[in-house]
Amino acid sequence: MDKLRKIFSLDSLIVPLVAILLGLLVGAVVMLLGGYNPLVAYSALIQRVVGNPYDFGETIRQITPLIFTGLAVAFAFRSGMFNIGADGQVLIGMTTATSVSLLMTGVSSNIVVPLAVIAGGIAGGLWAAIAGYLKAKRGINEVITTIMLNWTALYLSNYVIRHFFLMKGQNRSEDIGASAAMTFLGGIFNNARVHWGTVIALLAAVFFYVYLWKTKQGYEMRAVGFNANAADYAGMNVGRNVVKAMFISGVFAGLAGTFEVLGVFHYQSVFAASPGYGFDGIAVALLGMNHPFGVVLAGSLYGVLTYGSAGMSFAAGVPPELIKIIIGSIIFFIAAQGIVRFVLKPFYLKRKKEKVL
Amino acid sequence: MSTAATVVELKQITKSFPGVVANDSISLTLRKGEIHALLGENGAGKSTLMNILFGLYQPDHGTIEINGKQVTIDNPNKAIKLGIGMVHQHFKLVQPFTVTENIILGMEPKKGLNIDYKSASAQVAKLSEQYGLQVDPNAKIQDISVGMQQRVEIMKTLFRGADILIFDEPTAVLTPQEIVELMAIMKRLVEEGKSIILITHKLKEIMEISDRVTIIRRGKVIDTVDTNNTNPNELAAKMVGRDVTFQIDKQEPAAGEPVLQLNEVKMQNKDGIPVLNGLNLQVRAGEIVGIAGVDGNGQTELIEAITGLRKINSGSIKLSGKEIANLPVRKIIESGLSHIPEDRHKHGLVLDFSISENMVLETYYKHPYSKSGFIDQKTVDRHAEELVEQFDVRTPSIYTKARSLSGGNQQKAIIAREIDKNPDLLIAAQPTRGLDVGAIEFVHRQLIEQRDKGKAVLLISFELDEIMNVSDRIAVIYEGRIVGEVRPQDTNDQELGLMMAGFMEQGGQSHG
Repeated sequence: MDKLRKIFSLDSLIVPLVAILLGLLVGAVVMLLGGYNPLVAYSALIQRVVGNPYDFGETIRQITPLIFTGLAVAFAFRSGMFNIGADGQVLIGMTTATSVSLLMTGVSSNIVVPLAVIAGGIAGGLWAAIAGYLKAKRGINEVITTIMLNWTALYLSNYVIRHFFLMKGQNRSEDIGASAAMTFLGGIFNNARVHWGTVIALLAAVFFYVYLWKTKQGYEMRAVGFNANAADYAGMNVGRNVVKAMFISGVFAGLAGTFEVLGVFHYQSVFAASPGYGFDGIAVALLGMNHPFGVVLAGSLYGVLTYGSAGMSFAAGVPPELIKIIIGSIIFFIAAQGIVRFVLKPFYLKRKKEKVL
Repeated sequence: MSTAATVVELKQITKSFPGVVANDSISLTLRKGEIHALLGENGAGKSTLMNILFGLYQPDHGTIEINGKQVTIDNPNKAIKLGIGMVHQHFKLVQPFTVTENIILGMEPKKGLNIDYKSASAQVAKLSEQYGLQVDPNAKIQDISVGMQQRVEIMKTLFRGADILIFDEPTAVLTPQEIVELMAIMKRLVEEGKSIILITHKLKEIMEISDRVTIIRRGKVIDTVDTNNTNPNELAAKMVGRDVTFQIDKQEPAAGEPVLQLNEVKMQNKDGIPVLNGLNLQVRAGEIVGIAGVDGNGQTELIEAITGLRKINSGSIKLSGKEIANLPVRKIIESGLSHIPEDRHKHGLVLDFSISENMVLETYYKHPYSKSGFIDQKTVDRHAEELVEQFDVRTPSIYTKARSLSGGNQQKAIIAREIDKNPDLLIAAQPTRGLDVGAIEFVHRQLIEQRDKGKAVLLISFELDEIMNVSDRIAVIYEGRIVGEVRPQDTNDQELGLMMAGFMEQGGQSHG
């Protein structure tokens, strides 16, 4: 319980909260400059998200991959690495899940889905582990390799879909029969595309926490992340930890892609450009202070803002791109914590004075 | 001196942090043109006081007067404007930048929109000449020696017009020759009208260079004395609060079986240049072997070879009769090696881990700290509590990050961890670097205690006094080989110095 309190201690929570408020404020100013009414816009945004069960379910769908990729980036970061390649790992996970499902067409969903999920996760993990291996063995910076692997993944995925699973006359794969949708919730959410991925994402966050802070492997990984020299001195195998951390990070990302096909689309497009899940993940990890529970909250915020932005444009005429400004500002304020603390300074002083009195 | 004007006056400065009063109504005056030493143990509150003067902390109570005027210093820029400059212990330099670029950083002379490097170089050259600070204005920081980097730090403060210079443990990172040069520079600075506050716990330096000394213990001023009217023993007693012995009492060694044996060990660095040239060395149970040598003669590589951090090219290294050359680090540790590393921040500690986590850095995977893959936090914490207690590591709690401990307490934590492993061989590399006399005494006593328990101890140090005082046998390293072995009672600094410089070879006559 003590630990929990520490995580949610005032300081680590108050900075992101104030950053969010400042971000919304910046958004409001921009809207005012553009001649829109921010109050109408923001209420439309919220209305859109919680207004009806269908949209609420769809918001959850929007949030799920963000949590996965956020966890992926945060996990690598905790182990001292910057995984820019979550995007490619998402694609590899997606393609693997699609391939497994389509190869097993006709087999019961209860068998196909678990297999596809496992395969998709592992494939994403292995893809990321390539970058880990190159870093461990050859000392190549993972930022470079993961970015390169993003492109490789994009073209590899498109090649696989085009050559093996293309639906005639379409720029996408054939339909996948198996589904990870939570059909029993269909009634409640008015057929919104809610799926098991959300549950797995939350479990992944718990796994992240327990693994990193409670197990001996996690202890090792954090030691390597903070100070690889000291880890080396203490007899830890730094290289193996680097590969392992990238693998786990990649599994998270791979699962994001897996559930996008199994739970949401039930086919895979040939992508003209990178779908961007991984880059959103970087923002989510940053917003969530690289803590798994922070990532869940940040992913939710990001998802709500993204999904709600459509309502904003519909009801208040505000272009949905504006939400990017808000998200950008929030991240800016989180990164530039000095500004937040500066804004907070008068409040702190006031509190101190009250204590003296 | 007594007629000189007061440039800094700190009055009744009090500063508390959660759980500790770091400064308890400290008063201090700095006169123009004097070198005023601030002496105190690690964590006595010296750095806190100076950080207050430099505007990094705000005092809870008390006032600061500069040149007779009361001032509030709420940030370092203000301090710099008031003519205060600080030479930090850990340099704050941009490695890939040149000396000149570093000096002008933040207040570059401009010519239009561009930086006027010509005038900058000229100013740097002028300062360099005026104060006798030899630097190469166009060299990159990463290519110059530590001593020269420090001179760059000094010039940075002078460039910003500092008249009051604070030196925070300036000699901790320097070689003996560089210390001599620094002393000359400091004398030159006061001759040119600067005033200096010197934070240190090295009594030798204080006696040599300071005009007055203020001794701080546990946040309180114990005394301010004229250096001429005191002596090192008195200062040490005031600092620690009890009498300190510089000479260590120890029994004759009862050396037993060889524990560590190095035979013709050769190692090349990554450029293919040999750094160990067929090194032979033996350390037996129950003796302390000191490695004396000038920095850069293979000491670091020797340690890395034994501990497995770097591969050797040929030769044999045996620990308790078992070949350990080029084994993985963990295998070597498990064979009975403990290692107090040279660089405690780089190797010794994970600074962002708590003390508790750091105490199991090498043993976390073993029972009882790990149970079926999970860390048993309670056992780990209990273990840390015990070590903190036993080795008197001063920390607010075992959950405090290692980063926030003072250097001496960080070192104590490492020593606690390494000794607790109950090794056959203990390697201590520069174990007292940057520590105060009280802590040094503690470290030395620990090393001798380990020896008396029948452990083999290998001590590597650049401090000749330490080698002479603590070792039972001294091996001199020169260009990657042991060029001679002597017993401390049979030699003197001069002979050792010659051997270290490679002028005298004396082939292992004192074996046996």
